[in-house]
Amino acid sequence: MKSFTYERVDTPAAATAAFARTRGARYIAGGTNLLDLMKLEIETPGHLIDISRLALDKIEPTSEGGLRIGAMVRNTDLASDARIRRDYGLVSRALVAGASGQLRNKATMGGNILQRTRCPYFYDTNQPCNKRQPGSGCAAIGGFNRILAVIGASDACIATQPSDVGVALRALDASVETVDVAGKTRAIPYADFYRAPGKTPHLETALTPGELITAVTLPKPVGGTHIYHKVRDRASYAFALISVGAVVQRDGTGRVALGGVAYKPWRIEAAEAELPRGAKAVTAKLLAGAKTTHENAYKLPLVERTLAGVLAQAKG
Amino acid sequence: MKFDTPATTNPIDQLKVIGKPTNRIEGPLKTTGTATYAYEHKNFAETQAYGYVVGSAIAKGKIASMNLDEARAAPGVLAIVTAANAGKLGKGDFNNAKLLGGPDIEHYHQAVALVVAETFEQARAAASLVRVEYTRDKGVYDLSATVDAAGKAPLLYGAPPETAVGDFASAFAAAPVQLDARYSTPDHSHAMMEPHASIATWEGDKLTLWTSNQMIAWSVGDVAKTLGLPKENVRLISPYIGGGFGGKLYVRADAILAALGAKAAKRPVKVALHRALMINNTTHRPATIQRIRLGATRDGKLTAIGHESWSGDIAGVKPEGAVMQTRLLYAGANRMTAMRMTAMNLAEGNDMRAPGEAPGLMALEIAMDEMAEKLGLDPVQFRILNDTQVDPEMPSRPFSQRQLNKCLQMGAERFGWAKRGKPGATRDGKWLVGLGVAAAFRNNLNTNSAARVRLSNAGIVTVETDMTDIGTGSYTIIAQTAAEMMGLPLDKVVVKLGDSAFPVSAGSGGQWGANSSTAGVYAACAKLREAAAQKLGLNPEDATFADGKVKAGRRSFALGDAAKDGELVAEDGIEFGKLAEEAQQSTFGAHFVEVGVDSATGEIRIRRMLAVCAAGRILNPKAARSQVIGGMTMGAGAALMEELAVDKRFGFFVNHDLAGYEVPVHADIPYQEVIFLDETDPSTSPMKAKGVGELGICGVAAAVANAVYNATGARVRNYPVTLDKFIDKLPEMT
Repeated sequence: MKSFTYERVDTPAAATAAFARTRGARYIAGGTNLLDLMKLEIETPGHLIDISRLALDKIEPTSEGGLRIGAMVRNTDLASDARIRRDYGLVSRALVAGASGQLRNKATMGGNILQRTRCPYFYDTNQPCNKRQPGSGCAAIGGFNRILAVIGASDACIATQPSDVGVALRALDASVETVDVAGKTRAIPYADFYRAPGKTPHLETALTPGELITAVTLPKPVGGTHIYHKVRDRASYAFALISVGAVVQRDGTGRVALGGVAYKPWRIEAAEAELPRGAKAVTAKLLAGAKTTHENAYKLPLVERTLAGVLAQAKG
Repeated sequence: MKFDTPATTNPIDQLKVIGKPTNRIEGPLKTTGTATYAYEHKNFAETQAYGYVVGSAIAKGKIASMNLDEARAAPGVLAIVTAANAGKLGKGDFNNAKLLGGPDIEHYHQAVALVVAETFEQARAAASLVRVEYTRDKGVYDLSATVDAAGKAPLLYGAPPETAVGDFASAFAAAPVQLDARYSTPDHSHAMMEPHASIATWEGDKLTLWTSNQMIAWSVGDVAKTLGLPKENVRLISPYIGGGFGGKLYVRADAILAALGAKAAKRPVKVALHRALMINNTTHRPATIQRIRLGATRDGKLTAIGHESWSGDIAGVKPEGAVMQTRLLYAGANRMTAMRMTAMNLAEGNDMRAPGEAPGLMALEIAMDEMAEKLGLDPVQFRILNDTQVDPEMPSRPFSQRQLNKCLQMGAERFGWAKRGKPGATRDGKWLVGLGVAAAFRNNLNTNSAARVRLSNAGIVTVETDMTDIGTGSYTIIAQTAAEMMGLPLDKVVVKLGDSAFPVSAGSGGQWGANSSTAGVYAACAKLREAAAQKLGLNPEDATFADGKVKAGRRSFALGDAAKDGELVAEDGIEFGKLAEEAQQSTFGAHFVEVGVDSATGEIRIRRMLAVCAAGRILNPKAARSQVIGGMTMGAGAALMEELAVDKRFGFFVNHDLAGYEVPVHADIPYQEVIFLDETDPSTSPMKAKGVGELGICGVAAAVANAVYNATGARVRNYPVTLDKFIDKLPEMT
């Protein structure tokens, strides 16, 4: 770990101002991912701006009938919020499927969607990794890639984004509210939040340098049955091989997003029209153009079968 | 005390303390965080410095150049140790690769430098500034590619790599029912909680190491040999060990580099290996590829048993003994086993809990399940049908005791085995449900073990032995032994372990620790009884020791009276004779497992587990149960998730952290039941006990794999049994 300086800020404006005046700064909230990455020198910030005390820890109704989740709301608090559990069950279920109780007590809404890939080569600084060290190559392609991406990847990177709650947010059409270093605020549709790896897999999100997540908003509830099925080799405390987040309405229509298959939670709205025809039809459209390795090809039938199981469960 | 004739009635048979489900005497220290583990000793808190290990970035090749300038100039750095400045180093008898590499590199993450600094953070930061240029050589990393060219393995602890009885080839060819199948088991990490860690201090040319090590005397020898010191100048202290599983049988880089770092920095130095180094720098259970051929008559009698195993290791030093149990487990007149190996360049393969039997039974006990099905026999019955009461390779040699059939029968009854359906036939909602069984087998090994016992005038007995407690309960069973022998309650016994200043014990490994080390304490206590009786003017033959008193005839003394003129000290050990050669001493068990397999996703969840064990006298049923359920848990991991993923291009284990190398969590493990048969084996020691610590893992993974087969009808022969290997065989989704 490189030496770093540290300051704590009380307002988003102070946070972005601190960022603007310090080179190599990073925000830190729960730190559940960043600290590990710093110990391994995968991230080497010279300055940490502690935003964990920002007053962004509320879950409030929006004027559109949805909820605004402050960026500092802890995963545990979010998962157990009565409104979330009642109207956005997918969010709650995805959250509790992830990490451990201790991590969820620390991890924040904003940090969760910024957590970095679990590609093992990203975590070993002796290995080439275009995401960690642009231009160095990708050891995962041709290496151990059983858990890695099957769609949307590039010749430079086949990493996946590991957030569970991200799958729910994508299915529910969430937006990410931010403020940048110039004080400008904007709402980024979560669908547009992650950048395709292309030739620049180190650039992961739509955020500009120093742009701070202040909240994640959910539109008004869509009803339906909310199911999150996370498939993994052990029963708990593991990242997803794949996951399926679905909202299924009584008439058989609904929404589906996938985790563990791409650089972002994967959803193709057009594929959802196939829902009444079943999992096979949906998956064919959802994963059209998938490119697999011999180690991760299983993810295609696994998505289809998991979705079929989810749809069967939704029918009850 | 020589032990060369079977034990007769002795004070242990009173079973006032031995045989009771006793809580661990050191438990409160551990649960309150006051047991001092290697990295936690505070003796040198003021003066100690921290060492951080730099591991090689390549698997095979040479260090072309090493630039230490930046690291030396970093804040707080006191010294940097490399092979170039460490002086001449030897290699320990139990080490295969060198613990400090360079210029030649033998495996990934082989230590190439230790950076010593004032703080841990400074050492770690400076370690990343050590600039190493490597020349990479081609290495051998893919076991499956070595099979055709592999040579005969060397001896394994004196056992031949190949055995043959009768005419296997003809018998197999003539067998009306045949099985010929290949299996594979991956590399496994011990994945114990406590890392390898040491603190080293020098006084002149005398070295003291506070460390975490299972085998104190072996390791004193290897530290001395590596550093070129006389043995008497090396002291190892290892009172508490946060798990070892074989990963701490030998001296590792933390100990040697702490010693070298302390010498270079002229300060006490502490070094721990982080998780990635534990996986690629230290040892692991090596992967195997196994071929099993079974031939049987139509009524289910095995006539031909063939088991071959391939494994690799650095320089091809030691094979994984995956065929060893096959030499002893089932009857069959024509048999062959063979171990072959290839020199490979992954990190050092070496012993891990039940080395040999654990991966061997993972294959053999699937093969038995497959053969039973071919024969149309129940797999429990098939095993019983092929039981043997003698060493099948040397029929003149019986087992000292063998109750495998009883384990199988009792287990089947308790588990509700009769309800097992045909493969793929049992449903519980979305779950496909299956039952599986496997035999458990692990040899009982005896190792000479000594102890010193001290009696104070307060009637307190203190036991000193370099025996280790790796989380197994050694403290407690040793206290129970001394209490039983001296007629004392447990709280009048103090046990001191893990210090090379104490008499040399069996140590902890190969499930030999419990029986051997308590037998050593038995011997020392027998001597102390004699000394105490004499001191009290009693005839030792007539003296009885009970309730804190020594009695003979009408005379009775408090035990402490024997030490009223000064502490009474006795030292002795157990020396095992040839009983284990005359009759085969082994431990047996039967594992039963019920799994549910998600019919959509193929996710496997264990629902129930039962082990029935026959392992001699159980010294402490509570500690023994903990050992067995721990083994069952580890077996569940081996069955379903554990695999060090090899990068076959760069030659290293890629998933070198506990996020990537998954071991079972609580949610993976259901209710586990353990039954011990009530038995004693007088041929093992005066304790009449055997080991259980490794029996618990033996066969578990195969029982799980067989249960998955019973649930789904999909046979997976390559561990771990993960859903990607059988998702194409699951029933169609409607």
